[in-house]
Amino acid sequence: MAINWFKYSAPSTFYALAGKLAPWFAGLSAILFMIGLYMGLVAAPTDVQQGEAYRIIYIHVPTSILSMFIYLLMAGYAALGLIFNTRLSAMMAGALAPTGALFSLIALWTGAFWGRPEWGTYWVWDARLTSELILFFLYLGFIALHASIDDPRRADRAAALLAIVGSVNVPIIYFSVYWWNTLHQIPTFQVSGAKIDPTMEHALLVMMFACWFYAIAMTFWRVRSIILERERNTQWVRELPEARS
Amino acid sequence: MTLHEFFYMGGKGFYVWGAYGMALLVFVVEVALVRNRRTQALKQVRLLRDAEGEE
Repeated sequence: MAINWFKYSAPSTFYALAGKLAPWFAGLSAILFMIGLYMGLVAAPTDVQQGEAYRIIYIHVPTSILSMFIYLLMAGYAALGLIFNTRLSAMMAGALAPTGALFSLIALWTGAFWGRPEWGTYWVWDARLTSELILFFLYLGFIALHASIDDPRRADRAAALLAIVGSVNVPIIYFSVYWWNTLHQIPTFQVSGAKIDPTMEHALLVMMFACWFYAIAMTFWRVRSIILERERNTQWVRELPEARS
Repeated sequence: MTLHEFFYMGGKGFYVWGAYGMALLVFVVEVALVRNRRTQALKQVRLLRDAEGEE
């Protein structure tokens, strides 16, 4: 059976698919957030060393991981767009950028609010914090660069280069706590060899999926708008039911 | 955990709710921005349709 790998690379086909899938991811995300927040804020036990402030972990860790993952995904779509010259790949990169930027913003903010009670400071220029801040700037730079170039395809290519080159920052963020002497700790449970409390572990997992599905829903909805903007001169867009007033 | 304990968070309530509050704000703003972008995009398409005098 021959698989048409490029079927969903047509904006019109993907527009419909994204529209069908997004509500499911949004609904699942909402449910998972309610479960995860209950588990993390209420059910999970208090930390022996940090008390209750540690509960920030349940929003800080998922958003941090996703800020990196989304960036790699964005760079991946950017690379696909350059290689195959597919418009939709560039549109997906553009759709991922704002969500990724906002996740990195949440990661930085929640990290700062955890740092103040835990370390005594909102901010320090250690390797992990600084490289995550750079990631946030890379996201903004990607968005700004794309917006600053009039021709959409040239904008796609320029922004794609920025995304791809910037992806070297992601392993730096990840390995920074091993390579340098940072204030930000290495993954706690590798040091002590202790097992994480199961409720804590499950709460982290649930919140991880909640944030991930939220990101998918936002990206799908946003790419639909991008498709409408860039394909507005096509017949299939003009004939969409939602386009009739 | 009582409701008071929930908000107080062992004295760290400002930090815990300051963190989660910001996250909630960002999510709400993002949803609003995404919805607005769709509204604007559809408006543009309708303008084009009307300009061309289509049905």
